[in-house]
Amino acid sequence: MSQPWIEELTNVVGSSHIQTKQSSRLAYSFDATPNFQALPDAVISPKDTTEIQQIVSICNQHQIPIVPRGSGTNLAAGTTPTQGGVVLLFNRMAEILELDKENLTITVQPGVITQTICETVEAEGLFYPPDPSSMKISTIGGNINENSGGLRGLKYGVTKDYVLALEIVLPNGEVVRTGGKLAKDVAGYDLTKLMVGSEGTLGIITEATLKLIPKPETKQTLLAVYDSIEQAAETVSSIIANKITPATLEFIDQPTIRAVEEFSHVGLPVDAEAVLLIEQDGKDEIVKDDIIKIQQLAEKHGAIKTNIADTESEAHQLREARRTALSALARLSPTTILEDATVPRSEIATMVKAINEIAKKHRVTIATFGHAGDGNLHPTCTTDVRDKDEWERVEHAFEDIFAKAIELGGTITGEHGVGEMKSPYLAWKVGEEGLQLMKQIKKAFDPNNIMNPRKMFAKSTRKRVVVSS
Amino acid sequence: MTTDIQQAFEERISEDELLNCMRCGFCLPACPTYIETQDEVHSPRGRISLMMAVRNGEIEEVEEVEHTLNVCLGCRACEPACPAGVNYGHMLEEARAIFQEHKDVPLKEKALRKATLEGLFTNPKKMEQATSLLGFYQRSGLQKVTRKLKVMNFFPEHMQQMERVLPESPKKNERQIAARFPSKQSETKATVAMFKGCLMDTLFHETNRSTIELLNQAGCEVVVPETQNCCGALHGHSGEKGGSLELAKQNIVAFESVEAEYIITNAGGCGAFLHDYDHLLKNDLDWAERAKAFTDKIVDFSTILLEHDFINDHKLRIDPQIITYQDSCHLRNVMGVIDAPRILIQAIDQVQFTELTGADQCCGSAGIYNLTQPEMSMQILDHKMEKVETTQATTIVTSNPGCLLQMKLGIEREGKTDKMRAVHLADLLLEALDE
Repeated sequence: MSQPWIEELTNVVGSSHIQTKQSSRLAYSFDATPNFQALPDAVISPKDTTEIQQIVSICNQHQIPIVPRGSGTNLAAGTTPTQGGVVLLFNRMAEILELDKENLTITVQPGVITQTICETVEAEGLFYPPDPSSMKISTIGGNINENSGGLRGLKYGVTKDYVLALEIVLPNGEVVRTGGKLAKDVAGYDLTKLMVGSEGTLGIITEATLKLIPKPETKQTLLAVYDSIEQAAETVSSIIANKITPATLEFIDQPTIRAVEEFSHVGLPVDAEAVLLIEQDGKDEIVKDDIIKIQQLAEKHGAIKTNIADTESEAHQLREARRTALSALARLSPTTILEDATVPRSEIATMVKAINEIAKKHRVTIATFGHAGDGNLHPTCTTDVRDKDEWERVEHAFEDIFAKAIELGGTITGEHGVGEMKSPYLAWKVGEEGLQLMKQIKKAFDPNNIMNPRKMFAKSTRKRVVVSS
Repeated sequence: MTTDIQQAFEERISEDELLNCMRCGFCLPACPTYIETQDEVHSPRGRISLMMAVRNGEIEEVEEVEHTLNVCLGCRACEPACPAGVNYGHMLEEARAIFQEHKDVPLKEKALRKATLEGLFTNPKKMEQATSLLGFYQRSGLQKVTRKLKVMNFFPEHMQQMERVLPESPKKNERQIAARFPSKQSETKATVAMFKGCLMDTLFHETNRSTIELLNQAGCEVVVPETQNCCGALHGHSGEKGGSLELAKQNIVAFESVEAEYIITNAGGCGAFLHDYDHLLKNDLDWAERAKAFTDKIVDFSTILLEHDFINDHKLRIDPQIITYQDSCHLRNVMGVIDAPRILIQAIDQVQFTELTGADQCCGSAGIYNLTQPEMSMQILDHKMEKVETTQATTIVTSNPGCLLQMKLGIEREGKTDKMRAVHLADLLLEALDE
């Protein structure tokens, strides 16, 4: 506690906004990633950009790591302070600054909860589409740093498609403002996009302006049940080929169906190989039209049962099947690893089958659900961190899954981020040259490597496994 | 000392249960103390990580952990929010019990605990005497004198306000309940046993009478076992586990003696604790099965009224007014009773029901929390009252005595006693039935 830099930081924020007690450091020593935990030296809550500039300057001078942290729901150890240092919170920077109905934008501080943004704009007939599962507690700052996705990615895109402008504090303490309330802006490199998904490794986002769109009039929900994964996948392809873009197109595999049914008895057929949950939103007549077409396509491609919700409460019940997937799986074992390997939409069936084979090969339990419309799958492993032997097999299984995803033209992470957990695999996706370029960008921003160190870039790349298919 | 505590954590708090917490953070928006403090130390996953740290010997300053466990309301709103189904409430009570057993309690707190837990709540006789005294104090005019002389000004502010909102204590002869109350319909639809509760049986005696009347009107015969005792919740929540075990056994015996299809409560806090008897006694071979049979019968009176068509058999009507409802955390989060009270209120003619934003969040009463953690409790209450304000309700309905007192306190603190009232659901329904 006697370190001079802690005193300097205390002078900036005041003693009630910096915590160094053991209990506080422990409470901020983790995020939602299993098996990653490390104590920070301090937890700090600045009140504005100026204080952040001062904090960054002090940390830069003393080479103290800074880990910017929203609500700590990261699944790739992106907000675990593995190198110690300062965990920087935004709980005092959580104001909505402006809702501009002429330009259809909202300007917010990074600590605002995503759901609060959605509710605020929807009350005005507007819409902010990105909806990560953690949106009830995740902060917009966290979403921007992770370029979060969600269920509506297929039709509406992800966080990066809605960030128009940013205020950033650079590691040297300077402030940069990027972008604007502009649909068109080609003045220089697109620094806004560079910051989105940078995982807190380049600078600290202190303000953001987001794009809004008009709120869809209505929404309809359909559930389709299949006895083969291929038929479910064919349905997905045919929906897209028929020029329909559903708002959500979710997939649940058999192990997930069984877990969900066991847990919540929503009436899913446990012998089914796959279930699709499809939603369309928009103008009333178009939605009705689309949902009927989708139902016909599902039946044409072998759905053994389809069910269109007549009422909102029925729709809610259908959504429950998908919504409870994680809960149902999480209860099966002490440790749950939720991954997000992603492939082109056309490769979904191949990928799901490969995941099942890989699970069998390594003798681990993996259930898969996810966003079929955009190829973003969530292979979910139920295991126990205390079982060292199994844990090793789990790691190998996920390596195989990453390798297979890349082989199919996919990626190691669709929406969770690289963090520290997947950093050894980044080069598999972007190549050694790509990795070098990224490292040079990092160095240009943060020569002393104080911003969220050891995230994104591992000490060394994992040896590439060869998957026999 | 620390190692003793660590050892007790190792023995009594299951590593499996702690590891079940995925740390996903979905509990954060459900936790009232996290919402107030925005500090992970005061969040469910933070507290679980701290319990784990104690168990693993990773924290020397265990009193910091004890502090955060004391700041927890024990409302258990985190449990329905938890994807992994972590039994937070059980771990919390075990951890508190361990700290209580290993600690020299400061004298002042000890005196308060002894007075409330051992002295008062475990002993119906003493509770009666206390309420008789309270009644004497209120009826004799002493209360008026005391208020005039501002004797209460010597006490902390929230204690003074609490004193002002205490309900009229019933005269002793009004409080004697005969054992059997027959159905007031032509047939007897069910025989139910009534759990009186200590606060409900004394300070809120009228509410118990209302509950019995409503159940009779719904066609239920109500039996009130004489030898029943305090449920033990206040002991359990405060780390006095031994006390609650004894009370549990006494109550199981008392209710086994009457044959009833259900055991009815009208206090969410008691109901939830009775509901947990099977967990409390799970390691006691002689009692585990009997406890399970007991807990399977526990049900809130609102559920029974709905099940027995109370709102179809009876016309309910009161003066036009806006009513809102504050959930009892334990009724909602442990017993899973969410809709029944709302349906009953909305069945009353001329009532405009307005849902209270954050009704599912604790009001800050939480057993004796408002006495042990007054600052946080009042902060939560004041934020609650801001939300009540936006409903424009003149009646706040609750379903638990602690919540009822706290809402009365909230009205008092806002200076709105002439415009707003807080009532128990049973009393409101009886009022609507009488009209």
